[in-house]
Amino acid sequence: MKNKALMAVVALWLACTFNTGHAASPAAPLRADPLDSPRWADMRKEMFPASAQVVFDDRVKVTAPLTAENAMNVPVSVDASALPGVREVLVFADFNPIVRIVRFEPSGAHAALGFRIKLQQSTPVRAAVRTADGTWHVGGTWVNTAGGGCTLPSTGSGSPEWQKRLGEVSSRVWARKEGGERIRLRIIHPIDTGLAAGIPAFFLQDLDLADNQGKPLMHIEGFEPIAENPVFTVDIPAARAATAYRVSGRDNNGNAISAAIEK
Amino acid sequence: MTASPRTLSLSRTARSLIAVFALGWTLLLAAADRDYGLSPLRIADDTWVLVGRSEDFSLTNGGNIVNTAFIVTAKGVVVIDSGPSRAYGEQLKRAIARITDKPVSLVLNTHHHPDHFLGNQAFAPDTLAALPATIKSIHSEGGSLNENMYRLAGDWMAGTEPVAPARPLAAGPLEMGGHRLELIALDGHTEADLVILDRSTGVLFAGDLVFNGRTPTTPHADLQHWQAALDQLEKTPFTTLVPGHGPVARDAGPIRQTKAWLAWLDRHLRQAADDGLDMTEVLALPLPAEFRGLAVVDAEYRRSVGQLYPAYEQRALSDERRKP
Repeated sequence: MKNKALMAVVALWLACTFNTGHAASPAAPLRADPLDSPRWADMRKEMFPASAQVVFDDRVKVTAPLTAENAMNVPVSVDASALPGVREVLVFADFNPIVRIVRFEPSGAHAALGFRIKLQQSTPVRAAVRTADGTWHVGGTWVNTAGGGCTLPSTGSGSPEWQKRLGEVSSRVWARKEGGERIRLRIIHPIDTGLAAGIPAFFLQDLDLADNQGKPLMHIEGFEPIAENPVFTVDIPAARAATAYRVSGRDNNGNAISAAIEK
Repeated sequence: MTASPRTLSLSRTARSLIAVFALGWTLLLAAADRDYGLSPLRIADDTWVLVGRSEDFSLTNGGNIVNTAFIVTAKGVVVIDSGPSRAYGEQLKRAIARITDKPVSLVLNTHHHPDHFLGNQAFAPDTLAALPATIKSIHSEGGSLNENMYRLAGDWMAGTEPVAPARPLAAGPLEMGGHRLELIALDGHTEADLVILDRSTGVLFAGDLVFNGRTPTTPHADLQHWQAALDQLEKTPFTTLVPGHGPVARDAGPIRQTKAWLAWLDRHLRQAADDGLDMTEVLALPLPAEFRGLAVVDAEYRRSVGQLYPAYEQRALSDERRKP
């Protein structure tokens, strides 16, 4: 019975989705994928519950170079701060062998994050933003690349240096002209996807950014496609600015990361 | 799955027609696609340059974005850089043969970038020479550089394999059939950049230390060393300057232009890192008006930010900056 109900919902959703081309039905103006990706229907199924409200929304800004020569290190910035009540942001790439890239919960920080990723081929890079009402708002951009970024070993895995410095954090805090502060941090970690022969997946799983009183600012859940020695950019609103901050977390092998972020 | 023989059988005539058509088409494509149209330009006594396009590598230009050159001496021809593919190397050799019947006795690779050495296959192995670090880099990176060229230039690369020179060069004078050459070993564009000054004609072959009208490339660059190398070139007397990319010049303008770009890039990236900019924000910054006219400036700026910004970031984030 449950299955039947689920199928009915799916059927209804399919009907809505594929009805958009008909001029005769101006109601339910569900927009087609603005990035026109043949993988979108799969992404919709894989990333969100069938019952979830999912809309394309220009207020979700994903910035990345249209052409990325170095598929091992593609810069991406996500900014959803134009949306009210952001609960979580899930970043994914339709055509990556490992689709999920990073998930973050901006509990006190701006709903924005800068980071770098590995891509295997040209793909849409999307951010899905869940707001307080449960709706997922999706924005994104295409990145063209010759690819190969996911199946190559990290340069770190071939050098002994990272083993001595694994988890080492360097960071800095800036006052922003528009008020508030910016934190940038870099973590020494080889980050292997597990897709290069003989090298197991090794990646940052959890990072928590808090002020020096322990009040949370952002939780970051990393996946395999984050680039080696990751650099994150986080903006803190003036109301949450503190005299110092702290980052803590761990990778999928249980190695701890813990560092004070001082001005 | 089995197919019935009937569905697969075509009449003999049809098969012959298809075969003839396919063969003709293949020959046509092969003949039409792979001609670089190389035409040597005489720039001084005994000295010719083949000027490439001021573009990115593409399926259309087949990698011919580079300047190669040759000097016809009494003791044979000295070739400076062999081009981006086997086909280019072979066509360069034929272009030389149209001008002189002297054999090629020396092929110099100015550095290890693919458009400067992937034509090596066309020349006798014992004529190939380069600085030791260049030879080492061709050995270690030649394979991946070659693969990347297949991706960028496609069909033009057919049959190309990396060949590392066996003969290491040392800086200093080199007398070649009446031409007093000076080999100058510098670095900065790559780990080893060979510059050749022909004291007999006053021609300075600067390799990729100097770009003219085209934005410099930086995949292996050390901006400080590169600027120091250009300071040295600016003091070198010459009458004709052959840059690695872009038209031949009669003055030091291209040296100053390359230096101005590198100095700006260095300052710009340092400032951006000190201001705490994310890489996507650096990519979005406007370029100064003085560089807007350089060929492929947007693409090279984007590549340079990707290649160089992480090191500037690292410096800005590290404790080093706190020290006086």
